[in-house]
Amino acid sequence: MGIGCQVTNRTTGDSFTCTEGQSVLKAMEQWGVKCVPVGCRGGGCGFCKIRVVEGEYECGKMSRAHAPPEAIEQGEVLACRVYPVTDLTIECLEPSAPGETSEQTTTRALR
Amino acid sequence: MKKGVMRPGHVQIRVLDMDEALKHYTDLLGLIETDRDDHGRVYLKAWTEVDKFSVVLRPAEEPGMDFMAFKVVDEASLQQLEKDLADHGVEVEQVPEGELKDCGRRVRFNAPSGHTFELYADKKYTGKWGITEVNPEAWPRGLDGMKAVRFDHCLLYGPELAATYDLFVNVLGFYLAEQVLDGDGTRIAQFLTLSTKAHDIAFIHHEEKGKFHHASFYLETWEDVLRAADLISMTDTSIDIGPTRHGLTHGKTIYFFDPSGNRNEVFCGGDYNYPDHKPVTWQAEQLGKAIFYHDRVLNERFLTVLT
Ligand SMILES: [Fe+2]
Repeated sequence: MGIGCQVTNRTTGDSFTCTEGQSVLKAMEQWGVKCVPVGCRGGGCGFCKIRVVEGEYECGKMSRAHAPPEAIEQGEVLACRVYPVTDLTIECLEPSAPGETSEQTTTRALR
Repeated sequence: MKKGVMRPGHVQIRVLDMDEALKHYTDLLGLIETDRDDHGRVYLKAWTEVDKFSVVLRPAEEPGMDFMAFKVVDEASLQQLEKDLADHGVEVEQVPEGELKDCGRRVRFNAPSGHTFELYADKKYTGKWGITEVNPEAWPRGLDGMKAVRFDHCLLYGPELAATYDLFVNVLGFYLAEQVLDGDGTRIAQFLTLSTKAHDIAFIHHEEKGKFHHASFYLETWEDVLRAADLISMTDTSIDIGPTRHGLTHGKTIYFFDPSGNRNEVFCGGDYNYPDHKPVTWQAEQLGKAIFYHDRVLNERFLTVLT
């Protein structure tokens, strides 16, 4: 292993290497890849939610509001808190799950 | 301060991992731990603050803000405010003395924005940290990291800004220092104050109730803000944006995140005002410049990344 795990985003086709102890999001940012939205990087805001479709990984602490146990079971986790153990295949999720930041807020519409 | 509400008193912030959080708020921000309780909460203060604590961290499974509290001048004013809140149709909850250690009784209520606020009149006076009350030195030795001077304000995101304005201005005695108006004249951001500071509390319109944007801490100089940025890099702390300047308030600032994803700000400078000043208005078309004066565009994160 030594050189780390390969992470492939099958939605966008991007691929990058994640070194030991590095989160998927951190590795992505370090490689200058932009295939997952970057939010707080602390498991709090839910911005970087992805689905892991293949591979093994460990998870750090995540907000229960954005990564409840049912979601984690489905591989729906926050990229900033995903630490690959093997190569991973991930995919992007549709942005607005109910209860999450809605698309039609006034502040957003103003931009 | 015309209704006796004096200043921001404390904020209780939820964190996912207490050890990580504590390292962030003490080693990096430079707050001082003053106590702990059996709920696992940790009490902190900045060195110039005279009361025992201003930040309470609570271990939880979801980050965000539990409540923000304002200190009231005395018990008589607190009783009057309780009546005024009830007359305004606001449901008030009594939190007994000692629920937060060394804090007097608190009057808790929800604002239409979905946030919880408290008023209290008493908290243990411990004096400024590390300097004497008589013939004090300029600053204490032994401060860590950014050496935050004080907990200054919170920015909160939620709906019903007009009703929230009504509560804060007409019942609690805040006044409007700055605002952002959209094309129809609807207020989409309101910066409210009790003092000559540009804001003691601020709200930005957002559909979802009760969201936490940031807790802000005051630094003395621009050099201190740059030094804070250095420390953010040295500690590999998650940065949001800055160092830069806000259009709103004209404060010089940097935003970053605590290890649970709650946003923090340290800033210096900014406009002053008195209650006779007309509110400063920014137009929504200029929102980018209003928020980030140099970039003149909003980053996506500012509007959507919340806890
Ligand atoms: Fe702020």
